[in-house]
Amino acid sequence: MSAAPGEAYVISSPAPLIEALAAAGWRVIGPRESDGTISYEELWDPDDLPRGRSDDQEAGHYRLTDGRPDSWFDYVVGPQSWKKWLFPARRKLWSAEKTADGFQIDDRAEEYPKTAFFGVRPCEIAAIERQDAVFDNGDFTDTDYTRRRAATLIVAVQCARSAATCFCASMNTGPHADEGFDLALTELDPEGNHRFLLQIGSADGAALADTLPLRDATEDDKAAARLAASSAAAQQTRRLPADIAPRLKGKENHPGWQDVAEKCLHCANCTLACPTCFCSDVEDTNDLTGDNTERWRVWDSCFSVDFSYIHGGAVRQDPAARYRQWLTHKLSTWHDQFGSSGCVGCGRCIAWCPVGIDITEEAISIARDDG
Amino acid sequence: MDVSNIQDPMLPRRYRVAEVWEELDDVATMSLLPIDGPPRPFKAGQFNMLYAYGVGEAAISISGDPAVPERLIHTTRNVGKVSAALTRLRAGDMLGVRGPFGSDWPVEEQKGRHMLFIAGGLGLAPLRGAICQALADRLDYEEVSLLFGARSPNDLLYRSQVAEWGAFSGANVEVTVDTAARGWTGHVGVVTTRLERILNGQDHANVSAFICGPEIMMRFTAQDLVELGVPTDKIWVSMERNMKCALGFCGHCQWGPDFVCKDGPVFRYDQIGRRLAMREI
Repeated sequence: MSAAPGEAYVISSPAPLIEALAAAGWRVIGPRESDGTISYEELWDPDDLPRGRSDDQEAGHYRLTDGRPDSWFDYVVGPQSWKKWLFPARRKLWSAEKTADGFQIDDRAEEYPKTAFFGVRPCEIAAIERQDAVFDNGDFTDTDYTRRRAATLIVAVQCARSAATCFCASMNTGPHADEGFDLALTELDPEGNHRFLLQIGSADGAALADTLPLRDATEDDKAAARLAASSAAAQQTRRLPADIAPRLKGKENHPGWQDVAEKCLHCANCTLACPTCFCSDVEDTNDLTGDNTERWRVWDSCFSVDFSYIHGGAVRQDPAARYRQWLTHKLSTWHDQFGSSGCVGCGRCIAWCPVGIDITEEAISIARDDG
Repeated sequence: MDVSNIQDPMLPRRYRVAEVWEELDDVATMSLLPIDGPPRPFKAGQFNMLYAYGVGEAAISISGDPAVPERLIHTTRNVGKVSAALTRLRAGDMLGVRGPFGSDWPVEEQKGRHMLFIAGGLGLAPLRGAICQALADRLDYEEVSLLFGARSPNDLLYRSQVAEWGAFSGANVEVTVDTAARGWTGHVGVVTTRLERILNGQDHANVSAFICGPEIMMRFTAQDLVELGVPTDKIWVSMERNMKCALGFCGHCQWGPDFVCKDGPVFRYDQIGRRLAMREI
């Protein structure tokens, strides 16, 4: 059988796919249980996947739970996202060495082997695409990000379940992805006729699929996948209105910003958990002799006071101004900058906020009236 | 996308300091010559990221004449770790340069109009290239004026060049200080107190104003100019924000929908006036 993009097949287990990726020379990164969460780490074996696990998420709450014992993908997104692999939290930009008449720069880049992301959720595909637009903005290209991205293969997992914090359906980023992947799996009927619909998204994906024991997808298989997606969407109770971006314009002086700032700890958890937040700082480190120096790029957050520091003091001293910057950038000015929302509805900022601030609730409340 | 042929935009090119002029107690101007390739053309109002070895980078506006790109000129004030290291550099020292970045003063486009430059303190540095450019084509402009304010007579930047612009180059120059000192015989008061005087007898609708200085000075100056009848789309300001990359990647310089590094630093007032009047945006 020769698979082609746009086609769908059925496989009985995701395990041979992981083995096929490894055999084809891909480093495989996928979900693993670690520190009581689902984290994206290197997979050495299909058994590394958190099979039979699920999660319980609410505002300020995340717990792994037991899912259906045979299921492979009952859990949804955890605190980490794929950005840690494409846009690492710490990355050396370059180093330099002092010379007799100045300094010499060494810009050798860190190795990034060809890498398969296994288990990318639809909202996470959208998040990766949001960051693609940030790091190749028409004027400048982040060469390191672009190099990593070009060497990355995406195996998506379509969501058959939503957490209480999920609101991708209202952001048009899930729970089902039609594109943006090389391969996509939908887990069907884990407690009965357990199987996986395999959608082919690219020539690379097709070549991998050809090495697997495939059978053609029937109308029943496809209907079961559609039902999984629609039932996941139906589980979602949170949402953002489609016109939230224009409705947040001109709301700079709304009293709601002060109300939320009284709860907000400005801990930056939301920006670290967010799969699209891209802000960074640069650090310089020197060895004791001063003869060698390194520049590192590190994740930063608009919630810190120093973030907006200029001579004379930070621009955004008031926590309300910092929360306003984060929320209005994410949901409104991102559209002006990149032509889309900066939010993909993954719900991480809601679950991982230590005081349970809910972006959907705050945005709707501020957008609703004129304050 | 194949990026093997694209240079990493975070990588500086090395320059050497050719000359240094002590301007004020904490302000120095330096001229730089490239080591790693030819000089880069720039436009008045743009900036570079200057890197001091082992210390870090800072966004510093270019204050040279764009007609002389082979001499890269920067004026720095010692206000922080990086600017202190930059201000300490001496002839022969090496530094890193990335740029030029950002939008420029639209000098050419104002030909036929009264070109009014308004500078507050070190705000004269980002305007200097634009002033040189306008004065080189002085007769193409109805008038070229500079209104320059500083905190005190000791804070007046480029003193001899400002005098030259007034005496020989055909500029109408007004200088004012917030606080006078012994021996000062000029005007006292913030720049806005001199606006009516410098525009006296002029067609205000034909004025184009480039303003650079502290944000509060730019805000009130622009508001007063509009009240005097200068069109809002003929006023430009230059904004300052924290910048780490100058590429639109680091997020630090965001100001509403704009990245000051890419969409600015020079903004037309009718597009940002509402924001300029707001705090902590």
